[in-house]
Amino acid sequence: MTIIVLIKQVPDTETKVRITADKKGIETNDIKWVINPYDEFAIEEGLKTKERLKEGTVTVVTVGPARTVEALRTAVAMGADNAIHVKEEGTLDTYLVSKALAEVCKKENGQIIFTGKQAIDDDQAATFAYVAELLDYPSATVIVKCDISADKTKATLEQEADSGAKNIIETSLPAVIGVNKGINTPRYASLPGIMKAKKKEIKTYTLNDLGLGAETARAIDSDYQLPPERAAGKKLSGDIPTQVKELVRLLREEAKVI
Amino acid sequence: MGNVFLIAEQKDGNIKRVSLEILSELNRQGVTTTAVVPGFGDLAKVTESLVKHGAAKVVVLEHEVLNEYTTEAYAKALHTYLVGQNPSVIITGATSHGKDFLPRLAAKFGAGIAADCVSFQFSGERVSVRKPIYAGKCSKIVDFTTGPAVFSVRPNVLATQEANKSGTVEKVAANPGTVRAKVMSTVASQVKKVELTEADIIISGGRSLKSADNFKILNDCAATVGAAVGASRAAVDAGYAPHDMQVGQTGKTVSPKLYIACGISGAIQHLAGMRTSKVIVAINKDPEAPIFQKTDYGIVGDLFEVVPLLTEELKKLKSQS
Repeated sequence: MTIIVLIKQVPDTETKVRITADKKGIETNDIKWVINPYDEFAIEEGLKTKERLKEGTVTVVTVGPARTVEALRTAVAMGADNAIHVKEEGTLDTYLVSKALAEVCKKENGQIIFTGKQAIDDDQAATFAYVAELLDYPSATVIVKCDISADKTKATLEQEADSGAKNIIETSLPAVIGVNKGINTPRYASLPGIMKAKKKEIKTYTLNDLGLGAETARAIDSDYQLPPERAAGKKLSGDIPTQVKELVRLLREEAKVI
Repeated sequence: MGNVFLIAEQKDGNIKRVSLEILSELNRQGVTTTAVVPGFGDLAKVTESLVKHGAAKVVVLEHEVLNEYTTEAYAKALHTYLVGQNPSVIITGATSHGKDFLPRLAAKFGAGIAADCVSFQFSGERVSVRKPIYAGKCSKIVDFTTGPAVFSVRPNVLATQEANKSGTVEKVAANPGTVRAKVMSTVASQVKKVELTEADIIISGGRSLKSADNFKILNDCAATVGAAVGASRAAVDAGYAPHDMQVGQTGKTVSPKLYIACGISGAIQHLAGMRTSKVIVAINKDPEAPIFQKTDYGIVGDLFEVVPLLTEELKKLKSQS
């Protein structure tokens, strides 16, 4: 059984965002690049699934510029068997990335496809479902538990729904599963894993190799802006009961929010 | 401006407010809109409020299967209907369902997509959207090269406004196709919770809460004003709160009218997730906590003393009104 994990390299959450002069992106000079945190859960779920099934391979895939190969090497160091890099330096969007990922999934005949519920850079939360639709596979997201049936034809999933509810979803395989924090605790890369990852041959495709040479992004970004700074407000004074009374009065009469 | 469609969302015959928020904004911009609402049964209240908020036409996509939400049935039914309507723009609310089916619908059209936008601007045949990224550390404009333009809009950002217009209502038998990922059952939360991303008021706790049990003092306070309870990543990582309560870059991005941060220092990734709240209150023992730089009102004090007093004051207020 081929387990595929779709991953993205993103700036670390501690990154202070600065905008480029042409306002078409963010400054990337000092950025620490990491695997999208939700995709780390997806990698771990892929590895765990392989261990539970006692068979299969885990293949990690990413689309992006040369630097993104580091994300693949980290995933191999965690235990992934194979890594595939769709190398593209140009403008990408959900459409183009999903097209490329779907082509790779077809080539590799992925039976279970894991990915994070969203990437923490563009917050689109769209790739899992876009890829699923292109492959005509079912999809489910915000998954916090995943059990594959013994005959490997279906999966039982626990989905976080609104207001703290949980849905139990049953899906046929192949399927695309978007995972949430809480599904597992991602393992650290082992020392032998890191050594292996250094030497691992990473399969590389271009969009052209995937038959997508004529395709371009359909959503185009511009005019990046920082949010307006919030002015620091007032710290209240007096003893605590006085401050609380004053707070409630201000929320009621000045801010008019309660 | 071509054919503009709002995919409206309802649950048990009640319209989601975000659908009306988007419709009101379309109306303010003079955009003629068809509202499409998947569902089954008595949807009179839903269609009435859509017309009232400016839909020129309401189409009910009717099928028993659409009574309960599933990704595949919604995407299939919507595409089957829309593909014959030559859509130029497809919009929906960035709710958990909206964010789930919209990419599948976009993929059926091979369209570009922008999720969780905070504004949109029509000009002639084109629409541009503004979308926060990095959990709101910055935002960008997205334009669409080949149509249709497909995007979702964040709840609680646009104002609802009734329009003085008439509209028609039409029922269409929907084709939901085959559903392979089925919801077998739903387990409701033991405590009745208000959904964070749609809440008007949020009270959040940090690691200073010291235990999961202590979140009760926030729950008690929240109950007085119908607020949702959130948590910082530090509190979630410490096991004091489940991840579905986490506000921030690796949790939920929220924009309530009032956000009360209790014992939260204000890490950059938390601020990113709540900075668009209309009014922010911080309660923190440390007068130097970075959160005070971003708040409208601050109380320097121990949350275990402040929050119960706040609960009492809010109760008094409730009993007066």
